[in-house]
Amino acid sequence: MAKQVQQLDRVIIRFAGDSGDGMQLTGDRFTAGTAEFGNDLSTLPNFPAEIRAPAGTLPGVSSFQLHFADHDILTPGDAPNVLVAMNPAALKANLPDLPRGADIIANTDEFTKRNLQKVGYAANPLEDDSLREWRVHAVPLTSLTVKALEDFDLSKKDAERSKNMFALGLLSWLYHRPTEHTISFLEQKFAKKPDIAKANIAAFQAGWNYGETTESFSVSYEVKPARLAPGVYRNISGNQALAYGLIAASVQAKLPLFLGSYPITPASDILHELSRHKQFGVRTFQAEDEIAGVGAALGAAFGGALGVTTTSGPGVALKAETIGLAVTTELPLIVVDVQRAGPSTGMPTKTEQTDLLMAMFGRNGESPVPIVAPMSPSDCFDAAVEAARIAVKYRTPVMLLSDGYLANGSEPWRLPDVSELPDISQSFTTEPNGEDGVFLPYKRDSETLARPWAIPGTAGLEHRIGGIEKADGTGNISYDPDNHDLMVRTRAAKIAGIDVPDLEVDDPDGDANVLVIGWGSTYGPIAAAVRRIRNAGGKVAQAHLRHLNPLPANTGDVLKRYDKVLLPEINLGQLALLLRARFLVDVISYNRVRGLPFKAEELAGVIQDVIDSD
Amino acid sequence: MTELVNGKGLTLVPKTDVKQTLKDFKSDQEVRWCPGCGDYAILAAVQSFLPELGLRRENIVFVSGIGCSSRFPYYLNTYGFHSIHGRAPAIATGLAASRPDLSVWVITGDGDALSIGGNHLIHALRRNVNLNILLFNNRIYGLTKGQYSPTSEVGKITKSTPMGSLDKPFNPISLAIGAEASFVARTIDSDRKHLQSVLREATAHRGTSLVEIYQNCNIFNDNAFEQLKDPDVRDDITLRLEHGQPIASASKAVVRGANGTLEVVPRDGLSDDQILVHDAHNPDPSVAFALSRLDEPAFEHVPIGIFRSVDRPSYDTLMAQQLDDAAAQKGPGDLNELLMGGDTWRIG
Repeated sequence: MAKQVQQLDRVIIRFAGDSGDGMQLTGDRFTAGTAEFGNDLSTLPNFPAEIRAPAGTLPGVSSFQLHFADHDILTPGDAPNVLVAMNPAALKANLPDLPRGADIIANTDEFTKRNLQKVGYAANPLEDDSLREWRVHAVPLTSLTVKALEDFDLSKKDAERSKNMFALGLLSWLYHRPTEHTISFLEQKFAKKPDIAKANIAAFQAGWNYGETTESFSVSYEVKPARLAPGVYRNISGNQALAYGLIAASVQAKLPLFLGSYPITPASDILHELSRHKQFGVRTFQAEDEIAGVGAALGAAFGGALGVTTTSGPGVALKAETIGLAVTTELPLIVVDVQRAGPSTGMPTKTEQTDLLMAMFGRNGESPVPIVAPMSPSDCFDAAVEAARIAVKYRTPVMLLSDGYLANGSEPWRLPDVSELPDISQSFTTEPNGEDGVFLPYKRDSETLARPWAIPGTAGLEHRIGGIEKADGTGNISYDPDNHDLMVRTRAAKIAGIDVPDLEVDDPDGDANVLVIGWGSTYGPIAAAVRRIRNAGGKVAQAHLRHLNPLPANTGDVLKRYDKVLLPEINLGQLALLLRARFLVDVISYNRVRGLPFKAEELAGVIQDVIDSD
Repeated sequence: MTELVNGKGLTLVPKTDVKQTLKDFKSDQEVRWCPGCGDYAILAAVQSFLPELGLRRENIVFVSGIGCSSRFPYYLNTYGFHSIHGRAPAIATGLAASRPDLSVWVITGDGDALSIGGNHLIHALRRNVNLNILLFNNRIYGLTKGQYSPTSEVGKITKSTPMGSLDKPFNPISLAIGAEASFVARTIDSDRKHLQSVLREATAHRGTSLVEIYQNCNIFNDNAFEQLKDPDVRDDITLRLEHGQPIASASKAVVRGANGTLEVVPRDGLSDDQILVHDAHNPDPSVAFALSRLDEPAFEHVPIGIFRSVDRPSYDTLMAQQLDDAAAQKGPGDLNELLMGGDTWRIG
């Protein structure tokens, strides 16, 4: 019997299982197939910090959500249409997010008495009618996988491991995903263990065939490719885009890249990625601690490298003193903070926007630092180039504020034309700049206020710099009161005068009364919410800040143009505090700090409430 | 010491044909240590030693942390970086690892290197980046005005320890050898000839060299090393370490005891072959470590000289090699190729 095929414009799938079940890999492969097929997509991995939390427990649940569509989309989606639950814990942890009517594909083999007890189910929810409002597909994924692999010389345990590929095969059938790619991926991944490769491929194909033949699935779904702007695309996560951006910055600045870093979630993947590209002259230094990571980067910058350190909030706290040293020695340095939930260790794998004020003010003394924040995973590439441009041109440390959502989330990226990337190179100083052939390390460029960058090896420009206050011009140690006042003000003026593009406002008819403004990773959910309001006939304007310090010159004008300004942040109002203080605008904050991105529906409701309020 | 391999440490640093003198290395800054400070002697010794290297002055960098000794870079007419407390080894590591054409020196003290910066020090030593670390040990905190330091003897009465300090001090040489540093030496501020001979070997060594310099703080811990300077006793308590030579002072000698440990015994009546011969190049650090313990706990016999000097690839060389290997295997980096390197698809 030919099965029915139904057309959909978009689908949200969530794969959920034990952290050892391979859910991230499954999601990743489904994403690759979806990207290859040509849908627009957005992903949200969500996993515990523990590598293998106790099996079958709620804290051990790992999930991967994928939103794909035949049109451009902005977020990984609010609520899944389909939940793949590999065990009772995965079902229990994710059910609250699942709207009534959604599909649940549950691995019945894992719904044993013991596993049910572990998560507090008194009865099997697959059998007690408690899920009647959802469409449940009870599939013995594990035993079907084991059966499909009977002919392989594998232990039962090893065969069971392929159950995620069975699930991937089933979902690939259900949504008409191409299969060649997954097969060649498995061949490559297990090139040295051909038997394992074959077993996984067999499990994958068995899952596909199961969908094709079983009566449990009467309908399959098609989501047509999206009509995106012409170009070459690849799917990319924020951390990978950021690493590529740093390499591009090094090429465009004509400076060798030096990364000093200490492993920390969720930033480590940038270190991993950069360490794979040494042919670009990239030096990666895994330091003994966070402080050494930034110290080595600063030392390399003194020597003429593009110095970078990558970390998360706890690491920034440790690096603060060295960032202050970079402020006063006025050397280029990029500090990447992939923000995560805090305070202290917080929730390492969960996202937050809570380091903005630390980036702004988290150092002793008056020590201003420019801040750039990417707004989507692929924007991490451009933001990294922009951070490098500012660092090199103005000889200053720059904070690049990514977050866990951008770092691990992914989206299709239209590859830039390499020949059109900006030239961000600056010349080293090679000649004395004072009278009588004297070199003045703190004599500034009149336009940018940047000081000369004269690197060791340059004859005649030998000089000493350091953390002690310096005399204007000569850079010699100075305790002169007026000189200190001048230097404090000059360093502030240099950062305040950085050229950043104006804030753009999206206000299609120009007659909205409410402006929603945001920064960083909230762009997607805010834009999706704005779209919902407009689709329903409402009026709302949107603006998004990529430069947090200095703010675009027209920020105040934009804020004052609207009756109401709404600012959603995944913190308790950090940017709101800055905007209120700076522009005396009564910004309305909306704050949730759940370790997860906002949902579009949630924000649409908030925007509507603001529109409706007097 | 002439047997040590020379000329490898700074072979990548450009040389000059211009004859240099001490004056070339003096900066225009007024030196501001307390009158009588041992730092003056070390500065003069370094300034008069540097011309001997014949390096281009602009390729020499002094990096320091915080403390009295860390003002050192301001007084040398080379490139200099006076950084923050304890972090000089980290900053110098980034510089030296990315610039093998530089002669990079770290100037630090017992508080800077062994307290706040202890972690960076041991990791620099373990990595073996091409650095010369000069650790000025005066066994006291000077710049903060006289608290005990991590090398102060137990029971030290200071402003912060009016009833005596409680914690056991670090022996910097033991610590460095414990971290398997490839070059470890000790010298003394007042003996310019010895100090310079150690610097000569330290600069010839490729990798991290740690030179502990006993330095007198005449304000807060005067005469801490007086026994090593007093003509009446110094020859008896100083055990000069010279590679291939028996380890002995005027009246004492080092021998292997019955249980294998090192002992210091009267020299009288011993033939040379009964005295331990110093082998600075021994890959096994255990004898060098045992030598470093001879002055513990009392300051009765103190080895001075090069404890250990072994060849080990330097971190910066290995790092540069990986870059070369990657370029050889993959070709020079091509940005377009990198971006197109994943699974791509074309639209339109």
